[in-house]
Amino acid sequence: MKRTIQLILGVGFALASVFASAQSNPAQVRSWAAGCANCHGTNGQAQPGMETLAGANKDDTIRKMSDFKAGRRTATIMHQLAKGYSDDEIVAIATYFASQKR
Amino acid sequence: MKRRQLIQSAWAGSAIGITGLFGACATPMSGPKVVVVGGGYGGATAAKYVRMWSDYGIQVTLIEPNASFVSCPISNLVIGGSKTIQDITTPYENLSKRHGVSVVRDFVTSIDPDKRIIKLQSGSELTYDRLILSPGVDFMYDDIAGMNKASAKDKVLHSWKAGPQTVALRQQLQDMPDGGVYALSIPLAPYRCPPGPYERACQVAHYFSKAKPKSKVIILDENDDVTSKGPLFKKAWTDRYKGIIEYRPKHKVVDVDATNNTLKFEFNDDLKANVLNYLPPMRAGDIAVKTGLATANKRWCEVDFLTFETKAAKNIHVLGDSIQIAPAMPKSGHMANQHGKTCAAAVVALLTGKEVNPLPIYNNTCYSFVSDTDVVHVSSVHRYDAEKKTMVTVAGSGGVSAAASEIEGQYAMAWARNIWADTLA
Repeated sequence: MKRTIQLILGVGFALASVFASAQSNPAQVRSWAAGCANCHGTNGQAQPGMETLAGANKDDTIRKMSDFKAGRRTATIMHQLAKGYSDDEIVAIATYFASQKR
Repeated sequence: MKRRQLIQSAWAGSAIGITGLFGACATPMSGPKVVVVGGGYGGATAAKYVRMWSDYGIQVTLIEPNASFVSCPISNLVIGGSKTIQDITTPYENLSKRHGVSVVRDFVTSIDPDKRIIKLQSGSELTYDRLILSPGVDFMYDDIAGMNKASAKDKVLHSWKAGPQTVALRQQLQDMPDGGVYALSIPLAPYRCPPGPYERACQVAHYFSKAKPKSKVIILDENDDVTSKGPLFKKAWTDRYKGIIEYRPKHKVVDVDATNNTLKFEFNDDLKANVLNYLPPMRAGDIAVKTGLATANKRWCEVDFLTFETKAAKNIHVLGDSIQIAPAMPKSGHMANQHGKTCAAAVVALLTGKEVNPLPIYNNTCYSFVSDTDVVHVSSVHRYDAEKKTMVTVAGSGGVSAAASEIEGQYAMAWARNIWADTLA
């Protein structure tokens, strides 16, 4: 019974975070996030050798992307791709991945 | 590793569960019908994502003549000998098992856009609410008389669709004596995979440097210069393959003498080689042209970049290498996969009465192997411009590698595993 309540609460929080992130349109954010799946796996569930984004802490992802974008963090590719997304888009995409099952 | 496997199998299990549930509850003929033609990076991705994003409520049939998916990206490594054809082959079964896509091994012979009827080689017919065409490229041999002679196409290969020709070209290179010449001709852009030919030259040169060091690679390029990652490729040719690779720009092939293994050019002297690898000019896949969808120069299909619906016919979407590209948009597998998802989202929205995303954003990443381990990339971010009604690259984003590296080689293979899974699993 306790576990059921925890589960319901968990689902509730997950849904709340999805709606909070995607004030515009959840389907739009889902589409933007799908643009990352080529390298990071469908819904962020990566195959070996690439970072899994599903379930990643939202603030961590936002910070990493902001650092890539500002040139504070080096990479082979992500510092180039991060510059193509607005700060709001990064927040929305990071929130989407945080809500995905790892 | 164990944890990952557990998670993957749990995820697969839940997906089968969902599919199974719908299979049991919904009558087979209910729900809108989407037919996808072509199971490459564009079509297979679209098929999977229409199912996923419609919560498995839209029926999807995928028509594909090949038994398995064979990847063009990484196929140059099979030609160079550091990978096998098995390494780049993935079955279609996960699309049906995990996602409930009905995969039909057949070939589309005609499409009636008014009656929405598709005829298949087997004789059967299909109807659709929305049709997604992803037929890749076909080759324009019409003006090259020598290629239309008997068995010329069996001898002078393109190997520009991964599969039997990939293996056959590898065999030709293995059979070639040391001291021989491999000649690769490149058509005027746009063609499928801009950096692909230059990567192929590197892979063949890598093989020669190890196994046949007296042999040569001659690149005959109709373009004025290397069309993608130019400085990085030229550096590899100078640093790694000096004396093996020779690059000749502004060479337009006007005929091919397959009997004598000779290329004939508009302005330059004939070139005879031991192995000829002729890349013909390309256009949208035959079925798109035949259906009247190739509205740009009768070669490529113009589309609405919000939905990928073709400008020539209602309810028919075209994606992947067949489209008239937006500025700076490459004809790549990565891009076709992005088209597939953008189109899938739009098709689901259109069939369920929802708003189509007014702002698609996606990226392209393209890795090229300059040896069996070292890799260079080009990347870009593309977003919809509502005024120009096309996709544009974002100023200041994207770029190329600083230099070839082994770490990018590892990322390139991780990219391959991920995009194959995103497209097919």
